[in-house]
Amino acid sequence: MTAELVRGQNHSLSETRLEIRVSADAVVVAGATLGDADGRVAGAGGVVHPAAHRLPGLEVPRRAAADPRISVDLAALPEAVHRVQVLLALPEGAGGPDRFGATAAPSVVVTGPGGTAAVGYTITGLDTESAVVALELYRRQGAWKVRAVGQGYAGGLAALLRDQGLEGAAAMAAEIHAAVAAATTADPAAAPAARPSPSAVPGPISYRHPGRTPAPAPAPAAPAETPDASDVSGASAVPSAEPDGLVRPVAGDATGWTMDERLYNQVWGMFEDLARSVAAYRSAADFAESRLERELDEVLSDPLTRVGPASDAARDAARARHAELVERARVVLDRDLGRLAAESEVVEHALPPAFARWDSPVWHGYQIPLESPFALRLGDLHLPERTDLRIPLLVRLPLERGLWIDSGRPPGRGAEPVDSGELRRRAVETAVLHAARLLAAHPVGEFTVRIVDPAGAAGDALAPLLDSGALREPPAAGARGVSEVLDRLTRRVDLVQMAVRNDALDSLPPDVDTAQQLLVVNDFPHGFDDRAVTQLRYLADEGPAVGVHLLMVADRADARGYGPVLDPLWKALLRITPVADDHLADPWVGHAWTYEPARVPPGSDVLREVLRRVGSARRAYGI
Amino acid sequence: MTVNLSKGQGISLQKADGGTLTAVRMGLGWQAAPRRGLFGSRTKEIDLDASAVLFAGGQPVDVVFFRHLVSDDGSVRHTGDNLVGGAGTGGDDEAILVDLQRVPVHVDTIVFTVNSFTGQTFAEVKNAFCRLVDETTGQELARYTLDGGGAYTAQIMAKVHRAGAGWQMTAIGTPSNGRTFQDLMPAILPSL
Repeated sequence: MTAELVRGQNHSLSETRLEIRVSADAVVVAGATLGDADGRVAGAGGVVHPAAHRLPGLEVPRRAAADPRISVDLAALPEAVHRVQVLLALPEGAGGPDRFGATAAPSVVVTGPGGTAAVGYTITGLDTESAVVALELYRRQGAWKVRAVGQGYAGGLAALLRDQGLEGAAAMAAEIHAAVAAATTADPAAAPAARPSPSAVPGPISYRHPGRTPAPAPAPAAPAETPDASDVSGASAVPSAEPDGLVRPVAGDATGWTMDERLYNQVWGMFEDLARSVAAYRSAADFAESRLERELDEVLSDPLTRVGPASDAARDAARARHAELVERARVVLDRDLGRLAAESEVVEHALPPAFARWDSPVWHGYQIPLESPFALRLGDLHLPERTDLRIPLLVRLPLERGLWIDSGRPPGRGAEPVDSGELRRRAVETAVLHAARLLAAHPVGEFTVRIVDPAGAAGDALAPLLDSGALREPPAAGARGVSEVLDRLTRRVDLVQMAVRNDALDSLPPDVDTAQQLLVVNDFPHGFDDRAVTQLRYLADEGPAVGVHLLMVADRADARGYGPVLDPLWKALLRITPVADDHLADPWVGHAWTYEPARVPPGSDVLREVLRRVGSARRAYGI
Repeated sequence: MTVNLSKGQGISLQKADGGTLTAVRMGLGWQAAPRRGLFGSRTKEIDLDASAVLFAGGQPVDVVFFRHLVSDDGSVRHTGDNLVGGAGTGGDDEAILVDLQRVPVHVDTIVFTVNSFTGQTFAEVKNAFCRLVDETTGQELARYTLDGGGAYTAQIMAKVHRAGAGWQMTAIGTPSNGRTFQDLMPAILPSL
């Protein structure tokens, strides 16, 4: 059982003989530094690297490899050593990538003597860095623990070693790179970089018979999903306290059976805390305002004090009281917002693709997932008190209600000024982003996206989806295409409902696609007749329970002709906007939150790249 | 060490080591009505409700009771309505948690009240108490016993109010009559 750590998290080690296995997409140099109780490294003798690859209790490979292994015997380390930092660097002049951002996120697994993985950590969030401190093993009250560090250095190995307090760091880095280059030319067999089978699961798979693993296995067979929670509970329940008495935020600091569920709960906890902290501030500010008015009124209502120095003094005093209270409220708010911002910083880096922003490195290292996602990020939410503190808007999957991307002019005050053609184009783009995220977050063949675009109004906004081969069939066009797709989905809903009711899912006809379906409807209600509208409403009502979901791109004004018949349809859908707009209310206090739709950073090719991988995986599976 | 409060007595919520309290719990417990032998389902259950009202400058700004379990600012939380009571042996049947650090700066007093929603007077309720617990250590700070009360259906228990930089608790113990906290407002205001 592996505890997957997030950055900053620690875990206790029960074994003393460990192997640290690295897997990366490129060849990397592995090394380690030995530090004393104060973290100081005792000169060049305290560094293990390919040129000096062995010290008591520690051995690293002599050359760069895609999967270097580091052996550690904690019991054999000198008494003075209190921390071992495991570092990875990209070799210079080897023709490989020169920054970790250009490769998939490297991962490290700490295993015990039987090859049982104890702790895993994927170093995400790297970009221009070419050297990184991956892990730290450290003594804490006589026992050894491991902490996920993930500190990268854009200045490479030299900068990393300098940061360890080593003199002559640059010379040592050069020596290491030279030794690696020499070893590589001496043995070209070591050079091939490609890993045999990229897998989404970090850490090696043990094919040993579980009964034959040596005795001191940490825990016998536990239910498949529980170990994460129990493993890390020790670390997250008692996070390390900082000198100022505050607890350092840790990603996944919430309850849940899996890391995804814990992150989801943590994000919603942050959402609630932000809503309530701002409520406290607004309530205090409103109170200060009304008290000021009352006090000013009192001054005015008394004819004796209405004019003269006494009244001026009273007014000034009232204003000072107002300013003082608002100031105190602001201090408390800033304290809370600062804590939440620090937590958000940590959490944002730990989010899996389905929860992450499009500019997150996890999308660059995207691999087809093996498990269905827990939730989906629809965008970001923020309040005017602090617009840079963004809470991810996560919704549980499978979607309980469909999505409606409003291509009409939003009535909200916070809306960006955009003309209606641009708005429609952005609405389709937003729909493509959501569809792409859903496709990419599900395992191959478990999610199908169908597009209905009767008039072809979407234009080339759909291109990323269509070009990649991620879709099984092209968008349905014309009234006939609409009714064909709706007929098929209605039939699927009916059959699956019947099968579920009669507990006979095996007897579904083979042509029924049991994968979850997302129907993207563009430009509603063009191309829809009354029958099609009725079918669409049926799908919106009955579909979610049997895995048929709706994503409408529509301007409500276009469908005015149908009158109030469609009101239930709009109400059944979650309305989101293609531009920032303050129409969403939180469930606790009811603040108006500004919703910011997800966007791919300008110039980034991440969307096409992800969809290309989805498309090629789909073809490889023959689905 | 528990202080058995008497009416009007105040205690400061400063810890013995000089630190201030950060989280307190106001617990309410009472003994369920005795079962009727025959037609037991017609036992007249006793439903007491704990509520907390947040005041700023003498004005109520928020209230926490069984229909609004968390104050908007998140500082005061009710753990949920208990309709029948418990064994009356010391366990809390309803509790209100106050995170003193999160109380908005303008709120200067939090008043705790107890009402009998089903209308039994405190003379009919056995082993009723309310207590204040330091939530971080579980230590009981103060206890107030409702037993032997007279023919009234509500009581304004205690208030937690700002004193200097910290907080202080004062037992109030004013009897009153009412079904929910709204009925008590006139009785609460004089004790602020």
